Amino acid sequence: MNERLGIVVSGSLNKGVEVRLDSSASIEDMVVGRHVTIEGEKRRFFGMITDVSLGVIDQKLAVTPPDTTDPFITEVLAGTSTFGTIHVSPMLTIGGDATAILEGPQPVKTVPSHFSAVKLATQQDVELVFGTEDEKRFFIGNPLDMETKLCLNLEEFVKRSNGIFGKSGTGKTFLTRILLIGMLQKSQAVNLVFDMHNEYGWAGTREGGPPVKALKQLFQSSVAVFTLDEENSRHRGVSTDGVVRIGHDEIEPEDIVSLRQTLNLTEPAVEAVYQVHRKFGKNWLQNTLDLKDSEEGRELLKELNIHESTFQNLRRGLATIRRLPFTEANPPTNAVKAILEHLDRGTNVVLEFGRYRDITAYILVANMLSRRIYAQYQSRMEKATATAKDNLKPRPLVITIEEAHKFLNPEVASQTIFGTIAREMRKYNVTLLVIDQRPSGIDSEVMSQLGTKITCLMDNERDIDSVLAGASGRAELKSVLAKLAAKQQALIFGHAVPMPIAFQPREYGSAESYRDFAPKEGAGVEKDIEELWE
Amino acid sequence: MAESQRVGEVIEASTTDFVAQCYELYQIPPLGSLVKTGDSAVELYAVVCNAATTSLEPGRRPIARGKDETSEEEIYRSSPQLMKLLKSEFGALVVGHKAGDKLYHHLPPQPAHIHSFVYQCTSAEVTEFGQSFDFLNILLNARLPVPAEELISASLRQMSQAHQDPRAFLVAAGKELAILLSGNLNQLKAILGRIRQ
Repeated sequence: MNERLGIVVSGSLNKGVEVRLDSSASIEDMVVGRHVTIEGEKRRFFGMITDVSLGVIDQKLAVTPPDTTDPFITEVLAGTSTFGTIHVSPMLTIGGDATAILEGPQPVKTVPSHFSAVKLATQQDVELVFGTEDEKRFFIGNPLDMETKLCLNLEEFVKRSNGIFGKSGTGKTFLTRILLIGMLQKSQAVNLVFDMHNEYGWAGTREGGPPVKALKQLFQSSVAVFTLDEENSRHRGVSTDGVVRIGHDEIEPEDIVSLRQTLNLTEPAVEAVYQVHRKFGKNWLQNTLDLKDSEEGRELLKELNIHESTFQNLRRGLATIRRLPFTEANPPTNAVKAILEHLDRGTNVVLEFGRYRDITAYILVANMLSRRIYAQYQSRMEKATATAKDNLKPRPLVITIEEAHKFLNPEVASQTIFGTIAREMRKYNVTLLVIDQRPSGIDSEVMSQLGTKITCLMDNERDIDSVLAGASGRAELKSVLAKLAAKQQALIFGHAVPMPIAFQPREYGSAESYRDFAPKEGAGVEKDIEELWE
Repeated sequence: MAESQRVGEVIEASTTDFVAQCYELYQIPPLGSLVKTGDSAVELYAVVCNAATTSLEPGRRPIARGKDETSEEEIYRSSPQLMKLLKSEFGALVVGHKAGDKLYHHLPPQPAHIHSFVYQCTSAEVTEFGQSFDFLNILLNARLPVPAEELISASLRQMSQAHQDPRAFLVAAGKELAILLSGNLNQLKAILGRIRQ
């Protein structure tokens, strides 16, 4: 399998190198996204095919093509007068001396010399670069056209905020599920998943197939499912660990700010929220909505310097919130506290939204909970830093949000908690896993802070540009990204991987795949899973 | 190894080529075939590039004799002196030499001697010589009485006979030519058209 493909004939560090194919290598076997090694004089280079092109030695040949019905002529001309070239972007170098081998692959700073031999990367090469499955690395899929297991260092992955992108139906949800399982098994981090479409908790849907098992079914003991819609969860046969109810007095002005667009509030109306909050205190929402259209009410508005139309606008918005079935005047339990307790115990929490899939509910709840949890983390972390006690540090937390552009668009990113988390990164041990189909809608500052990005196929030029912004070798990655299959292929690049790689996510949904995911230790869990297959 | 067949004797020699006269009328080695001459120290390899049968005396042209004969053979039978009054000669282009055991695909330091015997190369010798296609360059650049594409194609066809897999040999030779003739596509096409199988 490790035959020579061709030789390096030209190139530059910025633009990558041109490789002329040998006549024995068929150009049709070369696909963008495949990995190759280049044997330089002093070191080996590891790179990716980013373009494939055809060349002729003389333009006349293209104008007056030879008699191609004759196999003899075709065979003679192939690789001599007509030849294929591939464009390779060198990404990493593996030095020849002992220290370099110890250091492992390094980012590329030069190009291989003329006529260096180019070969397809072997399984060993990929393992050398990406590592093998161990206690930190998790098998996420196979590199395109290879059997090798591609492993991702999840310890490293959760240190930064990350993003999963791709247009709808390309497999984002399956990929996310795989990653969540990986984090659950291989990292110290706990996950809080805002599960808008009820895909991650109990069971997920599959296009043209039976539903697939999700986290709770596979890892009963380490996953808790909370729901906003108890009835719906019961309907679907989900065993939930808690119901989230939000008290009107728990909603704060900051929550309204992030909802400005969805509630269609004007700028003065948002300002007015702060004013009524100052005036009424904790019960501001209830009091504002109860404010009657009386002389007294008008007096109050005048006192607060709020215009009548602004107030009506605000009232309409707040009424929308009050109508949300999971908001109550006096909820029996404190959801934030319950979720935090689970997270502290190392249990991953999936919050299902049930039927409340509209964006208002999602933004409100995700924002509210995250802000409070984040505040807790922040104070604990500061305490731990102040007393220099590492054991006081809270467990790393990864918050998974869908439809991220609603939270992180340039207008609200500076105000919502997610913008803050994305920017401050791991300082307080909280990071984001952003899932979105429209990355161009996400604030570029937030995008630039994402450590590792995994992207499935996208067609929109702006989306592609925004995902690849800041990545080295953008133009090359773009050609790889644009040629991904519509399903089950993805490109990963950024902090947690030594170099970008296109891969096919591992199988998810069959009995064997569940068995592979099952934790090796702990016979009890294994037994639970055995039962699930039956 | 089969004994090399003696085909003639050198009667004119230069660094790049030599002319040999055949011992028997019309016993000319085929166009493009590999012949050798020289002594045991240096053997010259050459490709037959031209041949002619003429009158022994330059001033005397043969005359037509077959008016009353029924076939061509009859003419020679009724005038047996013809065989002695005519001569066959062939020109050969030197394409390499062998000094000791080593084969070189470039011109020898000395031209052939007059009266050296010329032998047709055996299959083994042809195969050995055909390991390298460097001789194609000499053929392409020589000033020849026949078109270069004719000679090259003839010589490759001849050589391919000696190989176990003639097609593979011709493809390899074709590839070499495609590189040498990258600037002259028409000539390449002409040669490929003549050697295709």
